[in-house]
Amino acid sequence: MPKVTVDGVEIEVPQGATVLQACELAGKEIPRFCYHERLSIAGNCRMCLVEVKPGPPKPQASCALPAAEGQDIRTDSAMVKTAREGVMEFLLINHPLDCPICDQGGECDLQDQAMAYGRGGSRYHENKRAVTEKYMGPLIKTFMTRCIHCTRCVRFSEEVAGVDEIGALYRGEDMQITTYLEHAAKHELSANVIDLCPVGALTSRPYQYEARPWELKKTLSIDVSDAMGSNIRVDSRGGTVLRVLPRTNDDVNEEWLSDKARYQVEGLAVRRLDRPWIRQGGKLQPASWDEAFAAIAAVNAGSSVAAVAGDLVDCETMFAAKALLATLGSNLIESRQTGMSYPVDSLAAVNFNTTFAAIEDADAVLMVGSHVRWEAPLLNVRLRKAAKRGAKVFVVGPHWETTYPAEFLGDDVGVLGKLPAHVSDAFAKAERPAVIVGGGGIVAGALAPALALAESWNLVRDGWNGFNVLHFSAARMGALMLGFAQKGGMADLVDAQPKLLLALGADEVDFSKFEGALKVYIGHHGDKGAHAADVILPGSAYTEKSGTYVSTEGRVQFADKAVFAPGDAREDWTILRALADALGVSVGFDSFDALRARMIAEVPALGVEGLADYGALPKAGKAKGGGQIAYPIKDFYLTNPVARASGTMQQCSAELLHGEPVLEAAE
Amino acid sequence: MLADKDRIFTNLYGYQDWRLKAAQARGDWDATKPLMQVGQDAIIDEIKASGLRGRGGAGFPTGMKWSFMPKESKDGRPSFLVINADESEPGSCKDREIIRHDPHKLVEGALIAGYAMRARAAYIYIRGEYIREAETLFAAVAEAYDAGLLGKNAAGSGYDFDVFVHRGAGAYICGEETAMIESLEGKKGQPRLKPPFPAGAGLYGCPTTVNNVESIAVVPTILRRGASWFAGFGRENNKGTKLFQISGHVEKPCVVEEAMSIPFDELIEKHCGGIRGGWDNLLAVIPGGSSVPLVPAALMRGVPMDFDGCKEVGSGLGTAALIVMDKSTDIVRAISRLSYFYKHESCGQCTPCREGTGWMWRMMERLRTGEAEVSEIDMLQQVTKQVEGHTICALGDAAAWPIQGLIKHFRPELERRIAERAGAMREAAE
Repeated sequence: MPKVTVDGVEIEVPQGATVLQACELAGKEIPRFCYHERLSIAGNCRMCLVEVKPGPPKPQASCALPAAEGQDIRTDSAMVKTAREGVMEFLLINHPLDCPICDQGGECDLQDQAMAYGRGGSRYHENKRAVTEKYMGPLIKTFMTRCIHCTRCVRFSEEVAGVDEIGALYRGEDMQITTYLEHAAKHELSANVIDLCPVGALTSRPYQYEARPWELKKTLSIDVSDAMGSNIRVDSRGGTVLRVLPRTNDDVNEEWLSDKARYQVEGLAVRRLDRPWIRQGGKLQPASWDEAFAAIAAVNAGSSVAAVAGDLVDCETMFAAKALLATLGSNLIESRQTGMSYPVDSLAAVNFNTTFAAIEDADAVLMVGSHVRWEAPLLNVRLRKAAKRGAKVFVVGPHWETTYPAEFLGDDVGVLGKLPAHVSDAFAKAERPAVIVGGGGIVAGALAPALALAESWNLVRDGWNGFNVLHFSAARMGALMLGFAQKGGMADLVDAQPKLLLALGADEVDFSKFEGALKVYIGHHGDKGAHAADVILPGSAYTEKSGTYVSTEGRVQFADKAVFAPGDAREDWTILRALADALGVSVGFDSFDALRARMIAEVPALGVEGLADYGALPKAGKAKGGGQIAYPIKDFYLTNPVARASGTMQQCSAELLHGEPVLEAAE
Repeated sequence: MLADKDRIFTNLYGYQDWRLKAAQARGDWDATKPLMQVGQDAIIDEIKASGLRGRGGAGFPTGMKWSFMPKESKDGRPSFLVINADESEPGSCKDREIIRHDPHKLVEGALIAGYAMRARAAYIYIRGEYIREAETLFAAVAEAYDAGLLGKNAAGSGYDFDVFVHRGAGAYICGEETAMIESLEGKKGQPRLKPPFPAGAGLYGCPTTVNNVESIAVVPTILRRGASWFAGFGRENNKGTKLFQISGHVEKPCVVEEAMSIPFDELIEKHCGGIRGGWDNLLAVIPGGSSVPLVPAALMRGVPMDFDGCKEVGSGLGTAALIVMDKSTDIVRAISRLSYFYKHESCGQCTPCREGTGWMWRMMERLRTGEAEVSEIDMLQQVTKQVEGHTICALGDAAAWPIQGLIKHFRPELERRIAERAGAMREAAE
């Protein structure tokens, strides 16, 4: 470990560290634009210049210079100060300085660093450069005049997303950043370049001119658009959620976020259920809460009641429903609303055991029936890292466009029983092999053969568990921990012919099978579930309630409430609590804290933030034949009621997936 | 004056045929095999002993550069030699003459140098605008292959060596060694960060040496005639013969091979027929291509034309492309034109050069007409200092130096223009 001196203080830095990292370790702030921890080093902004001895008598770019034994680094010398002022001056001469009308204003690296390291005024009296705007799709708004050519966006799409879409054209001061032929950026992580852009060149199109950062209330939350449990920050003003940004969590989402997680929140303001409704004469009519509860009580269902949990619900809501049904004498609770019925005796068999962070180290990966790019875009980023480090990737299932070299072995799960020799070979030799079974694979019966492979390939070994199931429903693991599963899945509920069916934000249920039941939809959006419902009780979306979520890797995380639900809508647990009163039973909790305490008492793992322990992988049962794999997600941008309500997501779906032409208002 | 018998480039002016047969008659490809058989390290030592310094402008000792290449590949990566024929420096035109009239000197040099540094192949990156020259070079390489001088068992030496000719697309920056490597790999020609240096990870991540055409083309002759012969020319540390390219206001502009350290006056008188209008009419000289500062007439008289001599007068030998300017020259306009060149050729990767070159050019344009304040001269000087030494490659320095040279030596001229214009403006206002 080399020892270096930073501004007279000697410190020891890790092997392979750069001078910039050494300075940060010493507590010195180094201004930078192009340097980003998760991207390759470009060294082109020249803002991070420091003085290093021994070395040439000129300032050195600290981001690209390896720290070496005995270096004497100065970050406070006159040379460094002049160099920073000089570079800052150059960055600003062709920057429009239109901060008052720039969306980046208030959270702009250039603004902040110009204040800290720049000169007071400009000496540039020539005309400034102007650059035409580039079309980058429905999510990214460009003001390329503001671009400082740090190439973070270029490096992100090349290195992290794995899509060669953004690049630089021309040279010198005419250099321009653009997408290929000005086509829209067409991948699931495209909007991350907005966060990466240190200036206002790439800004959020849907959020354009909406708010200033200092007006926003920032709430820490968890994303529910997929089962990754991405850590997000919800920015709201008044009762409106204006945007969602990723929070850094190296174990989960690093610092990226999928486009859906980012832009589905626009759907929170439309198609909302903001008052109770009752179906009368085949049509839904507005009603009051009392009328709605009375209508439910009138069924006199007794213990003939069932509950289905949707994909976006939190653990507390599910626990409240479970408690209500238990007091009514029913245990008909299910969360796998589309009808899956895999065994859940051992949660380890349906969990992403390797963890997202560790999957990067895998050296052989077999994906069975999982369109990872759509089901968990951020996991795909990890898999790409693994592939870049030399992992061999194989896929069973219909072809999709991977962002790394991958071999497709066929569409039928039966392939697992007769894998080609080179695949078996790769796994036999692999030190850290991993199998990932997706929803499509489970439906096609891949779970048992995959467990068999886990045994024969010895996927569980010292410090490594390579068996993974990838869910794409944010509620899934929490629901399974709470016992929201029947042996036969939804079929058991149908067979029981309940008189009362509570649909907790469940929109993908085949409601036609519940002809005899009074269907009560407790949810937030007027989507499929509400259309089928007899009574609608307006609930809260994920930004409007506190809650516990468990990601597909079994990570328990807590989300805070950002805003209040609109109109007469209530937090889901209070609805169930009130419903208990209407049905004349007592569930035994009167506050959210009491509810949570009871839930934790029942499932202690839900009270501890972090990875839940599901024990050892079960023995493999008998592997059945197989079936054709079909991926469950048909349209990445429209997988849940919130996203379907979002105009931006609809536009993305139309333009990016279905290739409909861009319709722009004539100017 | 260099005797004819001591010239390396005996067909510099194309009086004879360039083809293999004629080249062999001039001594090229003669006993190449024994030249190589002395061994790789012996060749490098011989080049070191000859004192040959890189002819591309920086003047780095060529033999030492070769010795940085790995002696054996530890991880199976091959080594490459890249020959820089992207001669785009304003004023430079020596590589062009070598390629079109004496290409076999280069091709043979590529084999020997490549063998010495244990390279698998040589890539000759030729400037896009050199169309006829590229045709000649392609043909010369094909001839060499046909004659068994390249390819498997090249020239009967038992060493397998390939030479590929790659045409550039007309970007000056691709003459920078790492930008050239990027361009060869099919990417946008932008210089790379160093370290890693090309000798560690260059073309396709493999150890690579980038040499100028002239540096490589003189190698076979040095080996044939011996290091001591080559070292017999020029001053200490500035050995050998060199192609000088004299353009501008001399009676007969020319490219000529001369011994290093020849005094400036002698070079001009002997080969160029003197300065147009006599020595008193000399205004300034840019001694090494557009990238080095200009030297006013008074300082330039008698300067030995070599690396150290030019350095002593605050400039550099560069590629030895002398741009001679007499008193009819609008010196500010001349430098402004160079500024425009650098603005046009900056790759745009790093900030100081991308933004600074445009700023400097615009300011130079105003200084040309005097449309500026006197204080702006100092500001321009500061801006050049903010660019110089702050960039990834040397293009920033090259853009700054001509302007620094102008301000250093011709500041009164700049001030005169400003004052004149201010005076004219005042009159008009009345």
